[in-house]
Amino acid sequence: MPTQERTEILRPVSNLFIAGSVLVALFLNALPWGGIWLVLRPDFVAVTMLYWCTHKPYRMGIGLAWAVGILSDVNDASLFGQHALSYTVLAFGGVVLNRRIRMFDLREQTTQVFLILLATYSVYAVVHWQVNGQLAWSYFLGCLTSTLLWIPVSALFQSVRQRRVERE
Amino acid sequence: MEGTQTFQVFNRGPSPVARLVFFSALSLLLMFVDARYRYLESARSLISELVYPVQRLATLPGALWQQSEEFFVGHQKLLAENRALHRQHEADMSQLVQWQAMLRENRQLRTLLALRQQSQPGVKFAEIVYAERDVFRRKVLIDKGSAANIQEGQVVMDDKGVVGQITRVYPWLSEVTLITEKDHAVPVQIQRNGLRSIAFGAGDTSHLALRYMPVSADIVKGDVLVTSGIDGIYPPGIPVARVDTIERDAAYPFARIVCTPLGGVDEHRYLMVLSPAQPLPARPEEAPAPSRQKSKKTGGH
Repeated sequence: MPTQERTEILRPVSNLFIAGSVLVALFLNALPWGGIWLVLRPDFVAVTMLYWCTHKPYRMGIGLAWAVGILSDVNDASLFGQHALSYTVLAFGGVVLNRRIRMFDLREQTTQVFLILLATYSVYAVVHWQVNGQLAWSYFLGCLTSTLLWIPVSALFQSVRQRRVERE
Repeated sequence: MEGTQTFQVFNRGPSPVARLVFFSALSLLLMFVDARYRYLESARSLISELVYPVQRLATLPGALWQQSEEFFVGHQKLLAENRALHRQHEADMSQLVQWQAMLRENRQLRTLLALRQQSQPGVKFAEIVYAERDVFRRKVLIDKGSAANIQEGQVVMDDKGVVGQITRVYPWLSEVTLITEKDHAVPVQIQRNGLRSIAFGAGDTSHLALRYMPVSADIVKGDVLVTSGIDGIYPPGIPVARVDTIERDAAYPFARIVCTPLGGVDEHRYLMVLSPAQPLPARPEEAPAPSRQKSKKTGGH
């Protein structure tokens, strides 16, 4: 099954679809999460952008990820550039490793994705630690749930892109 | 690019490493500027208008859920609540009449004693748009901004006590830093005996700490802390917290005192924003400069 998926010719995605998916991810991040749900909340924006960085590295690159990071900073009222820096690292990982990641099937991809997301979360946490002098280890739980989110998110985008081929 | 030996079929611009370095440096610069100076507030409020629709949309599911819940609430329950509120209102009214008489008396006495008049702060109601979406931070955003004349430094409270302080103002939103934010300080006073102190946020959701209180200080468990009004930001007499645990260890010069905030720091949807406090008279100079004419003035507070 993975070999079929890999050889399948996917329809080119429109820029509108990419932008829409990132907007929806921003919306999901902005939902009123609280308490334990906030700790467990995956970073929808990071996972969505990582998908596009690995599958369309010339569309969603480091510069765009940085811009989305700035939007996230305003959205979360965090330090200006904090999300931007971590998403820059995320996009770099995605763009550099894009062929490597696409070689594997979904289950195997998660280990690679986990490392990239871990680097992203670490950058954010290190900045926070440097500025405020405290670190909440529970923050890294979000990294695990984001990794788990990778499977449904990429399956969803993949299926959307395939269905468009069948309709033709 | 021309001088290098590598052959590129498609020119895709700078390499990923170059981009990584560029954008990381840009982010670091922004963070430095944002943390040290406050030059970026106008840019932030400009971008906030871009993300405002998304933020507003994100509150919709919660609001719809609440509305449907309110719709299906029982007739009996409403009646009971109404009756209870009526009773509460009557009780409050009798107290309010007494309070107004005392207020008048207090004002007269203050005039007699030539003390500064205490102003009654006005109140604006605001709704929490969303709460702390960052695990590290203790902040909420409320739905009134500079369009509603909200200013930085205004005090936010609910019906039980102080909740926080406005720290950043956007056109339609403003950011409230909760009193439980790490190192956020509120000047307080113990209601029972007037002992002054400062309550610091402990960083976790539900605690405040009184620092630098000597081991022998007259504090007992259950003491209520109210704002002292000394800083000129918090109006005096608003409840802040109740003392929870006191650890007196002779090995340390200070007692370890943990308090629980009285205001529903993590609970409510509706908050009150107090109008800005009147500025206190200027603080007298530390070292009297002989050249100044004004150094005669010795305004204490």
